[in-house]
Amino acid sequence: MSTTVPLRLYVNGERHDISVEPRRTLADALRDDCGLTGTHLGCEHGVCGACTILVDGKPTRACLMFAVQAEGSSIRTVEGLAPDQEELHPVQKAFWENHGLQCGFCTPGFLMLVAGQLEENPDTDEEEMRDVLSSNLCRCTGYQNILKASMAAAEEMRG
Amino acid sequence: MIGARALRLEDPVLLRGAGRYAADTYHAGELHMRVVRSPLAHGRIASIDVSGALALEGVLAAWTYDDISDLPAIGFRLTPRDELLPYRQPVLARREVRYVGEPVAVVFATSAYLAEDAAERVVLEIEQLPVHLDPDATPVEWVDSEQATWAAGLPGTLSAQDSEATTFVTEYGDVDAAFAAGAGRIIEMDAVIGRHTGVPMECRGLVARYDEADGQLVIDGAAKVPFWNRDAVAEMTGLTPSQVVVRETHVGGGFGPRGELYPEDVLVALAAVRLRAPVKWIEDRQEHLMATNHSRAQHHRLRALVEDDGYIRALDASFTLDQGAYIRTHGATVGSLTSSMLPGPYVIPNFRVRAHVRLTHKTPHGTYRSPGRYEGTFARERLVDKIASELGLGREQVRRRNFIDVEHMPYERPIQAMGTSMVHDSGDYALLLDKMSERFDFAGIRAKVAERREQGEAVGFGFGYFVEKSGIGPVEGARLSVDTSGHVTLACGASSVGQGVDTVLAQVAAETLGIPHDRIRVVRGRTDQFIYGRGAFATRLSVMAGSAVANAADNLRDKALRVAARKLRVSVEELELTDGSVRLVDDPATALSLAELARILEPPRAVEAKEDPGLSADGWFSTDHMTYPYGLHAAVVRLDRGTGQVVVERYLVGYDVGRALNPTLVEGQIAGGVAQGLGGAIYEEFLYADDGTPLCTTFMDYLIPTAHEVPPIEILVTEDAPSPLNPLGVKGAGEGGTTAVAAAIASAVDDALQRPGSITSVPIRPQTVHDLAT
Repeated sequence: MSTTVPLRLYVNGERHDISVEPRRTLADALRDDCGLTGTHLGCEHGVCGACTILVDGKPTRACLMFAVQAEGSSIRTVEGLAPDQEELHPVQKAFWENHGLQCGFCTPGFLMLVAGQLEENPDTDEEEMRDVLSSNLCRCTGYQNILKASMAAAEEMRG
Repeated sequence: MIGARALRLEDPVLLRGAGRYAADTYHAGELHMRVVRSPLAHGRIASIDVSGALALEGVLAAWTYDDISDLPAIGFRLTPRDELLPYRQPVLARREVRYVGEPVAVVFATSAYLAEDAAERVVLEIEQLPVHLDPDATPVEWVDSEQATWAAGLPGTLSAQDSEATTFVTEYGDVDAAFAAGAGRIIEMDAVIGRHTGVPMECRGLVARYDEADGQLVIDGAAKVPFWNRDAVAEMTGLTPSQVVVRETHVGGGFGPRGELYPEDVLVALAAVRLRAPVKWIEDRQEHLMATNHSRAQHHRLRALVEDDGYIRALDASFTLDQGAYIRTHGATVGSLTSSMLPGPYVIPNFRVRAHVRLTHKTPHGTYRSPGRYEGTFARERLVDKIASELGLGREQVRRRNFIDVEHMPYERPIQAMGTSMVHDSGDYALLLDKMSERFDFAGIRAKVAERREQGEAVGFGFGYFVEKSGIGPVEGARLSVDTSGHVTLACGASSVGQGVDTVLAQVAAETLGIPHDRIRVVRGRTDQFIYGRGAFATRLSVMAGSAVANAADNLRDKALRVAARKLRVSVEELELTDGSVRLVDDPATALSLAELARILEPPRAVEAKEDPGLSADGWFSTDHMTYPYGLHAAVVRLDRGTGQVVVERYLVGYDVGRALNPTLVEGQIAGGVAQGLGGAIYEEFLYADDGTPLCTTFMDYLIPTAHEVPPIEILVTEDAPSPLNPLGVKGAGEGGTTAVAAAIASAVDDALQRPGSITSVPIRPQTVHDLAT
């Protein structure tokens, strides 16, 4: 009963030729078939946002997409955020410097959410950013440091 | 280094998505476990047919109770009481089911998707029985003699047991005599705290593998209490503790429920042994919300005898705790803590509280951040507000009248808390109120609120005062080892649930060794790397593990000085350890670095130096008493009379932690704690239908606050009352952000409504506010 279909995913600039059941979620395919476990699953019903990734630049819940729907799309996950092993992406750096994470489980989702937002609109103001951040859940921080970090990253990315 | 706002060591890995949470461990040939759960709140199991599941290709096994009937019920980790034993949970439902979500069967398959398919093919025939959902109702028969006898596991036959698992009294003074003397007014308070819980963002999960080559069962993904769980799993699977290795990986939040030993954990471990394949179980969110411990769920009834100036001469209290269907690892912990912490910061010379722990057909109950104190603080502080309003006194004034005075510290309350005699070790409660009042200009806030009310807004200011507890013993240890490059490994029995314990422990070691904290690698939560650890709960690690690390660092320094003295042919007194080198005090350029000393202590040369090999040292710290931090929460709220919405405009926290090892992390703990407290005060509650069906099994129904609902948290951390009980003077910071949120928000909503005493339950529903406001 587990008929699989071949699938080509482009993730963080790399090609992954995998074979999945059509019912397999994109999040599971990224984690189990591509080995990218930085994308976390916190609810699997699209509310918590821990699995947020960028699909063609847009923040997307990886738990609400089937992997086969991502054929041909350009996917970016938390593993593709930092330029190299030394440097962090400005959003990652800002989260570190502003104590924007504790347990770190929701963090990849927030990083992708904020990176997606700032890459689209580096001039995002605080009110709008709070609005954007309210799409994801964090149970550790109380969000203020996430907001602070996001605004610090915005400033950094505006240069 | 201690007291520095050092950046967290944990973060670079987590920020890159390179952490290893429970689901991130993979093994070739692993089997995925899926739990079949009871769809009914109470029923008799007539039959379970797993043949449809086993017929699927790739399904290796399916178990019901009959397959694991040799396992005993799961034991108590804390606050064991014999009378609770008959209520323990079997690993799989035995003859009856008692809550929706109770594990009834498990299937094991080659993929997680297939395991879910298989679970759906298990056919359950359960005859529905009457449900009992109200803990305030008269107790009913709960378990029959056969079940009670089995669950208790004691010699002899027990009789049937009713749904009041235990009731106990905690008291001092003479409450009856005080009330009989009749001097003063009697003021009563009825307070209800809803059913909610920690809900970490990572659901539970575990991966176990029996390593034939090593002869060991290796369990990854543990949390909170790996050493205790190792011993419990060893006992239940018939292995020795040294044959079981439990490893904590990254943990996506704890908050009380996560990491306790649950039925699923035992099944994963047992399956790895019996099926001789790696077994992986990852809970989904729906399961989490109906199978992982719930908490709070208390109904308090307080009756106080109060003098004209607000002094509480006596308090006579009782409460029911809605325990859900079984008593799990926490035993009577929450009821016991509720009782002993109920008096809070006040003297109350005559005190009595009766706890009723009662079973209902709901998800079992355990601890959640500030267990018993969130509930008791709400009830007590509501009472104090009511006393103020009934006597026409100021809310601050009544509190000041009742505070334990700084002159009387340490203050012994002649009762027990978590099995220790209760001594408030230090504290100046009035001073913190003064400081908060000044820092945040309480008078100005009051004036502004009054002015806005004049203009027609429904705004209010309220607060709650509390005492927390932290640093429960008995013992923690640590080992520091320096390698030949001068890098340090700190191995200990602590656990991390994401709170930043690695960073803080490294800071403590770095302080003594004079090296940057990021030159220290922290290894914890692994039973193969250290010999003992009691775990991450009860805000104990900064106190216990922190002090152990401080002692280990002192011992390491002593060894380093001794070896250097011999090498440099000077006395130890002429040396000091600074910047990672032992130096001559009079000639700092003459120095031996920790790396050089480590090389001198490599085994062949250590013999010459007449030292045990290795630049390493152990340190231990033990204590019989807890430390008691304390704090004040204050809130400004605005109500929408039309919708009943409560908007929290400002939230202020003052907290004395004795000594803040890393102020940024202390503030982070407080802010996060407040967010959880707000959830319980305004948004979160597990509701049940009349037939016991849980109504809140997704994040669409169980409402965790988002960035919109949590205001900036304004925090004043003070260090006015260092603990005399440990070398660092530290008290724990983990729970005080949560403790008084319900109390403070309710107080502010009352004030906004200008109806003192109107809020008597949390979460405060929009309907309640709407009805009271119009």
